[in-house]
Amino acid sequence: MDLSNLMHNYPEAVSMILFAIGFSNLLLQKNLIKKIIGLNIMDTAMYLFLALKGYIVGRSAPIVTDGVQSVEAYINPIPAGLVLTGIVVSVSVSALMLSLTIRLYRRFHTLNLDEISTMLKKEGL
Amino acid sequence: MQFVQNLPFISIIVSLFSGSLSSIMGGKKAKRLNLAMMSLVAAMSLMVFLFVLGTGESYVYMMGHFPAPWGNEIRIGVLEAGMALFFCVVMLLCVIGGYQEQAAEIEDEKKNLYYIMINLLLCSLLALIYTNDLFTAYVFVEINTISACGLIMIKQNGRTIEAATRYMIMSLLGSGMLLLGICYLYDVTGHLLMSNIKEQVEIIHRTGQYRVPLLVAVGLMSVGLAIKSALFPFHAWLPDAYGYSTVSSAAILSSLVSKGYIFLLIKIFYRVIGFDVIQDSKVVNILFIFGILGMIMGSISAIRENNIRRMVAYSSVAQIGYIYMGFGLATEAGIMASIFHVLSHAATKSLLFLSASGITDSSNDSTDFFDLTGAGYRNKLAGIAFTVGSLSMVGFPALSGFISKLLFAQAAIGDGWKMFPALIALAVSTVLNAVYFMKTVIRLYTPERTAGREGFREIHMTENRTKSAAMLCLVALNLILGLGSAPIVRMIEQGLGMFA
Repeated sequence: MDLSNLMHNYPEAVSMILFAIGFSNLLLQKNLIKKIIGLNIMDTAMYLFLALKGYIVGRSAPIVTDGVQSVEAYINPIPAGLVLTGIVVSVSVSALMLSLTIRLYRRFHTLNLDEISTMLKKEGL
Repeated sequence: MQFVQNLPFISIIVSLFSGSLSSIMGGKKAKRLNLAMMSLVAAMSLMVFLFVLGTGESYVYMMGHFPAPWGNEIRIGVLEAGMALFFCVVMLLCVIGGYQEQAAEIEDEKKNLYYIMINLLLCSLLALIYTNDLFTAYVFVEINTISACGLIMIKQNGRTIEAATRYMIMSLLGSGMLLLGICYLYDVTGHLLMSNIKEQVEIIHRTGQYRVPLLVAVGLMSVGLAIKSALFPFHAWLPDAYGYSTVSSAAILSSLVSKGYIFLLIKIFYRVIGFDVIQDSKVVNILFIFGILGMIMGSISAIRENNIRRMVAYSSVAQIGYIYMGFGLATEAGIMASIFHVLSHAATKSLLFLSASGITDSSNDSTDFFDLTGAGYRNKLAGIAFTVGSLSMVGFPALSGFISKLLFAQAAIGDGWKMFPALIALAVSTVLNAVYFMKTVIRLYTPERTAGREGFREIHMTENRTKSAAMLCLVALNLILGLGSAPIVRMIEQGLGMFA
C-alpha cells in the first residue's frame, strides 16, 4: 500500500481521525454531556476537512485587497461558506441537545441514558 | 415563464414564514393559520402538478440571479410535484384528525409552538423534495430533524423526552455521515448542484479515477439517510417516539418524516450519482440485506408487542424495510415499487395511528391489548378504519398495500440472486403482518360486555368530527391508491424518466 499520499494529506487524515473520535463518542458514550461533546468534535472535524479542501497554498482569503481581482490570488470561497452554514446548524442542534439534557436531568437526576431507560421501564409509564 | 412555475418556491416560503408568524400568535390563531397555510400549499402543489403533467417535462427554477454552476436551484418534475401534493394532503389529514388530542395533551401556552413545528416540517419536506442542491438538502434535513424532535417532545412525559433524545442522537449520527458524504462528493467533483455533480461523476466513472472516494461517498450518504429513516437495526428510538407522542405527531412522523429522507435518497441515486454507478457500486446490496432483515425483525417485534400504538410503530420498521429492499433490487421496477410503497405506507400508517387513537379513546385511554376487546363495537368508525388499514398492510386486494406487494414481487422476479431472498422475505413478512394485524382486528370484534366498566364508552362518529372526516378521507385515499393504481404507477414511471 502506498502511504506517500497519506503523508502528503496528513491534515485531512487528522480531520478524519477526529471525525471518527467524535462519531464513536456520540454513539458509545453513556453520559449525555459527553455525547454532545462528541457531536461537536465530529462537526468541527468536518469543518476542518472542508476548510482544508478549499485552501490553496500561498493564496489569501477571498476579500479584495489592494484592487487585486484576479482569481489566482484567492482561495476557493465556497467551502468557507459551507463551514459557516454548518456552524449555524451545529450550534442549533447542540442547543437543542443541551436543553433536552436539562429536561432529562431535572426529571431523572442522572445523565446516563441507559439508567433513564431502566427507570422508565420500572415506572411502567 | 408562467406564474405557475413560481408556486413551488412560494409554497416553501409561505410555510417557512407562517412558522415564524405563529411564534407571536396564540394557540387558536396559530392553528387557523396552519390550516390555511396547509390548504394553500396543497392547492398550489396541485396546480404545479397539473402544470407539469400538462407540459410533460420538468423545469429548473433559479433561486436568485445566478445561473447554473454558481446559483441555487429548485427543480420540478411530475414526481416532485406529485410527492409534494401527496405529502401536503396527508399532513393536513393527520393534523386535522388529531385536533382533539392536541387540545387535550399540549399545554395551552405551548400550542402555538406545535404549529410552528408543523409549518417548519412541511417547509423542510417541500424543500427536500424540490431542491436541486445537495448542501441545501443537508440544511433542510437538519431542519426536518429538529422540527420532528419538537413534534415528539411536545407532549411532556418522561418517555417522550427520552425518545426525543434517542431520536436526536441517531439522527445526528446519520446527518454527520450524510454531510461527510456530501463533502467527499464536492471535493471529487467540485460542484454542489445535482445536475453538475452528475456530469462530473459520469466522467470520473468512465475514467476510473477516484473509485474509492466515490464509493465511500455513496456508502456514507446511503447509510446516513438509512439511519435517519429508521432502517433496521437503527430503529431503537422509533417505538417510544411513535408510541407515546400525541397522535398527529406519531402519524406525521411515521408517514412523512422518514419518507422525506427516502425521497432524498432516491434523488441522490438518480440525479446525483446516476443509477448505473449505483448498480456498479454494490452499496445497494447492503441496503437490500438490511431491508430484508428489517421486514422480518420489525414484524416479529410487532407480534411480541402488547401495546397497540407500539405495535403499529414496529410495523413501520417492517415497512421501511420493504422500501429499502426495493432500493436494493437496483432496478427501475424496484425503485418504482419503493416509491409506490412510500405513498401506500403514508396513507395506511396515518390511518392506522388515527384509528388506533379512536379505539383507545373508547377503551379508557388504555393502549393495552386486552382492554381493547370489543372496541370495534364501541367506536364503529375507528374499528372499520383500523380494519381497512390492517387489511391494506397485509396486502388485501383492492387496497393500496396489495399493489405495492405486487409491484415488489414483480420487480424481484428475474433479478439474479436477489430473487429468492426477496420473494421469501415478502411471503414471510406478509404472513407475520397478517398474524399481528388480524390478531388485533379479531380482538376488536370479540364481543365483551364492558357497559359497567369506567371509561369504556361508545363513541359515535359525530363526537370527534374532524377525526372521523380525516379517517374517511384516508380510507378513500387507500382505495384510490389500490383501485386506481395504473395511472399512478404510470406517473411514477414518467417522473423517474424526468429524473435522468
